[in-house]
Amino acid sequence: MNTYLNHLLFGIYPYIALATLVVGTIIRFEREPYSWRAGSSQLLRCKQLVWGSILFHLGVLFVLFGHIVGLLVPIWVFDSLAVKHEWKQALAVFGGGFAGMVSFIGATMLLHRRLFDPRIRANSAFADTGILLLLWAQLALGLATVPISLSHMNGEQMVKFMAWANGIFTFNPTASLWLDGSHWIFRVHIFLGLTIFLLFPFTRLPHMLSVPVRYIWRGGYQIVRTRRSLING
Amino acid sequence: MKIRAQIGKVLNLDKCIGCHTCSVTCKNVWTSREGMEYAWFNNVETKPGIGYPKDWENQDRWNGGWVRTPSGSIRPKMGGKWRVLANIFANPDLPEIDDYYEPFTYDYAHLQKGGESKAFPTARPRSLISGERMEKIEWGPNWEEILGGEFSKRSRDYNFEGVQKEIYGQFENTFMMYLPRLCEHCLNPTCVAACPSGAIYKREEDGIVLIDQESCRGWRMCVSGCPYKKIYYNWKTGKSEKCIFCYPRIEAGQPTVCSETCVGRIRYLGVMLYDADRIEEAASAENVEDLYQAQLDIFLDPNDPAVIEQARKDGVPENWLEAARHSPIWKMAMEWKVAFPLHPEYRTLPMVWYVPPLSPISAAAEAGDIATNNGMPDIRSLRIPLKYLANLLTAGDEEPVADCLERMLAMRAYMRAKTIEGVTEEAIAAKVGLTGVQIEEMYKVMALADYEDRFVIPTGHREDAEDMYDERGACGFSFGNGCSGGSTPANLFGTNPRKKLQTPTEVF
Repeated sequence: MNTYLNHLLFGIYPYIALATLVVGTIIRFEREPYSWRAGSSQLLRCKQLVWGSILFHLGVLFVLFGHIVGLLVPIWVFDSLAVKHEWKQALAVFGGGFAGMVSFIGATMLLHRRLFDPRIRANSAFADTGILLLLWAQLALGLATVPISLSHMNGEQMVKFMAWANGIFTFNPTASLWLDGSHWIFRVHIFLGLTIFLLFPFTRLPHMLSVPVRYIWRGGYQIVRTRRSLING
Repeated sequence: MKIRAQIGKVLNLDKCIGCHTCSVTCKNVWTSREGMEYAWFNNVETKPGIGYPKDWENQDRWNGGWVRTPSGSIRPKMGGKWRVLANIFANPDLPEIDDYYEPFTYDYAHLQKGGESKAFPTARPRSLISGERMEKIEWGPNWEEILGGEFSKRSRDYNFEGVQKEIYGQFENTFMMYLPRLCEHCLNPTCVAACPSGAIYKREEDGIVLIDQESCRGWRMCVSGCPYKKIYYNWKTGKSEKCIFCYPRIEAGQPTVCSETCVGRIRYLGVMLYDADRIEEAASAENVEDLYQAQLDIFLDPNDPAVIEQARKDGVPENWLEAARHSPIWKMAMEWKVAFPLHPEYRTLPMVWYVPPLSPISAAAEAGDIATNNGMPDIRSLRIPLKYLANLLTAGDEEPVADCLERMLAMRAYMRAKTIEGVTEEAIAAKVGLTGVQIEEMYKVMALADYEDRFVIPTGHREDAEDMYDERGACGFSFGNGCSGGSTPANLFGTNPRKKLQTPTEVF
């Protein structure tokens, strides 16, 4: 691949995508809180949603955390824990492959429902259908990398990806060189991933930032709000 | 003791004529918007019937309300916190919109633009969700109006529990009543408990339960939590909405829209003082039959000097204490014991109460000797089975409902004797445990029902909470997003621009 194009897509584009993600999400949270929601369509049609949604979400959560840990934790941490590169790659390929498959099945069910159920279709914004299509394609590409990875299980390619991701987050200007020579499916997968980051604030995806974990340690069940304390207390 | 005040409500079903004015005025003000067409913050059901949404009273199906665990504590019937979170991707207890009804409009324009045809032009229904033609309307918000539909379907009504219901299917023995329903603004709301985002809250000042539209993330657990199914998921905005008890009006000392416009004058609004520290204790009563009494026990006498003193300490304003002393709710619920909570067995401690209806003497009783009791008909010979009313209002305990109906009959007998025969029969009053003076006050509040007797609403105290000077030039109520109103033609953040659904009349 052309070095310039390679640098543009994997050296510069990541910063554009990540900056848009962070700034756009903050602006949306601050300026458009009314639009910040999961956007469930379960009320309109329960069919296909229950299994589709559960499979998709569970799978995608595993894959997402796998990518974050697998790509961003520096390799020396794994080395110092005596985790062999082969083991790490095996976990990524088989664990990630399985979760990706689960998620892909769920996403296919959701996509079919969104495109072919008249109620859901009529109430889908461009962004709703668009992001689901992108996620579906991204899962397909991710699964397509599995056979490629299986052909070289020594972890060498994986370490290069980790070095690239680490390089991006440590502002290393030569980070994109690590992706030189990797299979094109990997690079399309990475490019599409970055694009999903770029689009994140403009879709329904920010609901993932509102995982209601506070619910667990909220005291008791009831909530009472008062206005008096605003001035008196 | 922590004293809080709440604007409570009583609906006198004995006078409800089922005109739906409450529902229509409420809809016009609050829910005539895209995404909320199917939602009726106030609706009037004909009972017996399975209601709206279908079968809402069947908590084995919908898992609303609370259950008491063997350890004596309570948790939402849909499950504790972990269980709620585990179902966040797909809520197994959520009704589908068809359980309410698919909202529709008619192709009215076809009547004008239809062109020449052999048949008379008609306005056929069209779905407001998908915009597609609906060949047949299967269900609506009031499908069982005045006993519409077969008895076999209507009789699946949960309140027939323990009633030999077959004979009520016969024309001669049938009975009906109206049940207007709105959010109960419970003391122990399950919707609040089930909301993972913490967006639903009860206001300390007046007890109104609201959903913070900016914090709501649309996890839709509240819809399942509420056993009355009075939280509605707005499928357009992805946020849940509910009856707001017309709080802008209440704060200004005005009755809610449904109460203001009630032509039968059946609705009452007034202040109740209660002990907030004992809510959980009351909601955890062991037997469901005890829940009615448990709720009565946490209401506090507004004339008791100790209560007044504590209420002042707890920040209840003076005009609220004054209103509490004249509260029609207190009179009906506590003094005369003629109002009851709707389904206390849900353990939510609801705050919209009901006066059960009297009904004509049943055909069966009329055929034989009418069972009478000192000139008054036996309340067990009335058409509406006592057990049915008890299932609705006291978790099946017939005694309090029977006492209430006797008092209402006594009120009629006493006032008839007074106005027609010109005699004051203290004995009638004494027999139901009241005095003539009390009966006459009952008559004034419940039968005459003057505006100022029905609505005793103290104004809110916004001046305590906000510097009104900062509010000058503010935009007031809008759909989020500050003053923008979300009406830009395009929206970067993924939501559809707000538009009216166009029904494509031209296509046929």
